[in-house]
Amino acid sequence: MSAKTYGLIAEFETPAAILQAAEKVRDAGYHRWDVFTPFPIHGLDKVMGLKNSPVGWFALVFGGGAFVTTMGLIWFCNAFDYPIIVGGKPMFSPPMSFVPSYILMILGGAVGAFVGMVALNQLPRLHNPLFAKARFALVSRDKFFLVIGANDPKFSETETHTLLEQSGGTHIELVEDED
Amino acid sequence: MAETAINLETLAPPAELRRPPVVENNRGLGWLTDKLTAFTEGKTPRWWWMLFLPAAFFATVVLPTMLIYQISTGIGVWGNNHPVMWGWDIINFVWWVGVAHAGTLISAMLFLTRQHWRTTIGRMAEAMTVFSVMMAGLYPAIHIGRAWFAWFMFPVPTYEGMWPQFRSPLMWDVFAVNTYLMVSTLFWYMGLIPDIALLRDRSKTRVRKFIYGLFALGWTGSARQWHHFEKAYVVLAGLCTLLVFTVSSIVGLDFATSQLAGWHATIFPLYFVVGAVYCGFGMVLVLLIPLRKLCHLEDIITTRHLDRICKLTLVSSLCITYIYLMEYYIAWYGGNPYERWVFSHRLLGHTYWYGGWIMLCVNFLMAQLLWFKRVRQNLKLVFVLAVLINIGMWFERFTIIVGSLYQDFLPANWGFYKQTWVDIGTYLGTLGAFFMMYLLFIRFLPMIPVAEVKSVLPQGNPHHPLGGAKGGKS
Repeated sequence: MSAKTYGLIAEFETPAAILQAAEKVRDAGYHRWDVFTPFPIHGLDKVMGLKNSPVGWFALVFGGGAFVTTMGLIWFCNAFDYPIIVGGKPMFSPPMSFVPSYILMILGGAVGAFVGMVALNQLPRLHNPLFAKARFALVSRDKFFLVIGANDPKFSETETHTLLEQSGGTHIELVEDED
Repeated sequence: MAETAINLETLAPPAELRRPPVVENNRGLGWLTDKLTAFTEGKTPRWWWMLFLPAAFFATVVLPTMLIYQISTGIGVWGNNHPVMWGWDIINFVWWVGVAHAGTLISAMLFLTRQHWRTTIGRMAEAMTVFSVMMAGLYPAIHIGRAWFAWFMFPVPTYEGMWPQFRSPLMWDVFAVNTYLMVSTLFWYMGLIPDIALLRDRSKTRVRKFIYGLFALGWTGSARQWHHFEKAYVVLAGLCTLLVFTVSSIVGLDFATSQLAGWHATIFPLYFVVGAVYCGFGMVLVLLIPLRKLCHLEDIITTRHLDRICKLTLVSSLCITYIYLMEYYIAWYGGNPYERWVFSHRLLGHTYWYGGWIMLCVNFLMAQLLWFKRVRQNLKLVFVLAVLINIGMWFERFTIIVGSLYQDFLPANWGFYKQTWVDIGTYLGTLGAFFMMYLLFIRFLPMIPVAEVKSVLPQGNPHHPLGGAKGGKS
């Protein structure tokens, strides 16, 4: 169980402070860093250069897939595998199969959005080196954290520390990860 | 403090454009966190037990007894019989589905329209949706009579090679209700993840930390996580909004595609959606008004929020009144003697006339009280009105179902309907199960979406002085 450096963590008091600190870290040329907040702060994704989340594509693919599959299933069940005449209605027709297909499209889209969110966030991840820091428990309360990863090419324990200090961070600590 | 106040004054828009804050008394993020998690972390209050124990009795003793008796004996233990084949079971099914709708409407549609006040009540409304859809789904499953064949409704490949028959709206219903349950549960759970993480971070005991930690999935609140989370939330909200319009309209189609006078109307899908939303707002008020008081959430669920729900209730009451009038108009204008018979007997018939009067008096006349601000601000009165709305909407379904079935085309076919004690017991059992689950929810999960409320506070806005912005900078 050797411990290796995971990164440096700094704490901030207000949303405005974390936003300014994020701008400073970006301008200093860091790439592997992240901000931890109790709620989404608007403007932060722009500072961090996050592109439009592909969750919508997950929903589209799952939803569209569910729609087509249900249409096919209904055709298979009622028109191909076991055709029975009911009330003189056609064996297969778009209006009657649209409704269940549409509903399952919604289900597929919802599952897709959820699966996409979980997968893109790499959840569930029950172990996280940040959880070892006692103060990090305040991230869901009213404190804002900025972590610069040790895997960033510009990372250096002293310089990065200074940068975080200059941008107003307090309780700057080294985070260690079990190997 | 004085300095902040001055900054606020200079930054704020002119008085007539200013909106009152979502949370009253200028509370900070820390205060809010403590306040909103206090109920899940504190000691169980006595009122909780006093409500929970009877609810749990009905849910775990009465409901299973009724179900076992009904399933082992047969549908005959209910009052359903020829010609009234749909009785309390379908009335309650439609009623529970209806209750669910306002939850989705509040949490999804008001989210898409960026109504900040909805953040405080969204979670409670969603929980109401999830639990009431569960109750709704129970009824069709046992109403089929041989409940052990319920799986026939799903396209399961078997040796008989038989498949469900998708040309019937009753079949669409199976998918609609199950989808509604799954999607609203997903929406509810996903919104809960950051707040479960909050409870995990705050938990003092290992057991709590483990369980909340498991369900929080390792949420850290990183900007990347929030980024995907927000996108997924918008997508889910959009899909839930579609469900508001599909589920009850398919339930309406169950009726509309039959030939029966009183049911055979194209207005039914819309009718059921509007009725569902109206009934659901009633249930939201029934839940919110006491819980706000009992859990001391007056600063968070403010009277303005309740006032807005009352206004929405009034709007949906006017919509449903329009549909009532339209129904009568079409019955007269359509000239179908059977249809005219049914509608004239809704209010002036000799057996079930009271249902029609309750429906009209409550859903139309009584709801007009909500025009008055003094009524909307009197929460005790609003609570009574909300309970009555639920009763009124129950009688609307009674009137539609029993009132149309008991006298159909041939007088030789006419009959009566009377519910049995099993009908009543099953209904009370589902009510108990609903309230039991709801009480467990408020006890163990944050009933107010903490993260969402924080994000609409000035303290959470990086461009607001209270959020740390320098004065004058916007």
